[in-house]
Amino acid sequence: MTVGYYPGCTLKTKAKNLEETAIACLEALGLQAIELPRWNCCGAVFSLADDDLIHHVAPVRDLIRAHDEGHDKVITLCSMCYNTLARANLLVRNDEEKRKTLNLFMDEETDYAGEVEVQHYLDFLRTELGWDKLKAAVKKPLDGLRVGAYYGCTLLRPDDVAIEPPETPQMFNDFLAALGAEAVPFNEATACCSSYQILGNEKAALEASATVLRGAANAKIEALAMSCPVCEYNLGRRAGDVRAAHEGVGEVPTFYFTQLLALALDLPVDTLGLGQNEPEAAALLQSKNLVAAVPA
Amino acid sequence: MPYKVSVKTVKGPLAAKVKDMSGQDPNMCFQCGLCAGSCPMTGEMEIFTRRVMHMLQLGLADAVITQRMAYLCASCHTCEVRCPRGIEIPKVVEALRQLTLREGENFLAPEDIPKDKLKDMPQAAIVAGLRKFTG
Repeated sequence: MTVGYYPGCTLKTKAKNLEETAIACLEALGLQAIELPRWNCCGAVFSLADDDLIHHVAPVRDLIRAHDEGHDKVITLCSMCYNTLARANLLVRNDEEKRKTLNLFMDEETDYAGEVEVQHYLDFLRTELGWDKLKAAVKKPLDGLRVGAYYGCTLLRPDDVAIEPPETPQMFNDFLAALGAEAVPFNEATACCSSYQILGNEKAALEASATVLRGAANAKIEALAMSCPVCEYNLGRRAGDVRAAHEGVGEVPTFYFTQLLALALDLPVDTLGLGQNEPEAAALLQSKNLVAAVPA
Repeated sequence: MPYKVSVKTVKGPLAAKVKDMSGQDPNMCFQCGLCAGSCPMTGEMEIFTRRVMHMLQLGLADAVITQRMAYLCASCHTCEVRCPRGIEIPKVVEALRQLTLREGENFLAPEDIPKDKLKDMPQAAIVAGLRKFTG
């Protein structure tokens, strides 16, 4: 069985710290996923209108690429890509009429019937390695770091592509516990950060982000771990704007989950990509003696 | 604002279009309001999802599509996983959006997005936003 890796458009530029740490960690853990030599944007959101087939072409084409490469599975890091690809895959598997139309539309491609399995990196770690083995591989436990596992939306909803039961997820907390961190549950772990609404409805978007950050601060969470570049943008990069618009929102640095993984595996500090995070992130790790100087 | 409800509105073509496009039947809704209570984006909505479903039951789709509500939905699907009637509410909201977007009425003009905002914003947010806000 070979595993393909679908990066998605954000990971090559604005979320390089997610991709680079993830790839370095796979190598350190002895796991393999081969980046697809050809891929296109998945469309970022799954088309919800029943009469709109054209927007399924992009994600299905990516799945065809994975299938053509001989992969049984394709993994993603970005939660939005995971959701879009996984839902498109289910559509092709379960809706014969739409499958036929999509295959006819892409008649230059190999026919595809949903043969490839779509999996998120976090779930891939769980199934391929398991938390006990991960714990054994940790060289620098994140002792004393109170981390909130922020699932957001697209790993958990809707039900048919959820990596865990949407209302009672545990996997992300187990992952953090395996890294030696104190995984702190909080009510807003599965709440929406406002997603793409930051583009068109900034005021309402900052309000939704404030709810999440406030909840994390109330639970005395020191760091938020996440896997979605849009969540990281709303809760990390825009945290200053959230705090400016809403009183009582505490400072909670954000990290990609793979950055914390790389840290716990004691990979060199320059592979962590902390320069792409907000400055508070590196400062927190320094204050906890988890990193020395952080390269700019 | 008062609305006129009659057999004509209930059986109106726009309500039928919402049903077709979403594959969902608003009449399944029994108005518990769990969707609205779970929605993270209600802060600026004039009407919430429970009322939207009720108005669609009454055939008031033309009044619903003039609301900003559909464009405030973040497609987080919280309402869907919690709906005790199993209604995929985000699909209903998508149909409401599409009914205006397909008429060429963009909610957001791409040229109005400040360029400095785009510099840092992840591509995923820009692509998703333009998918939801433009036709």
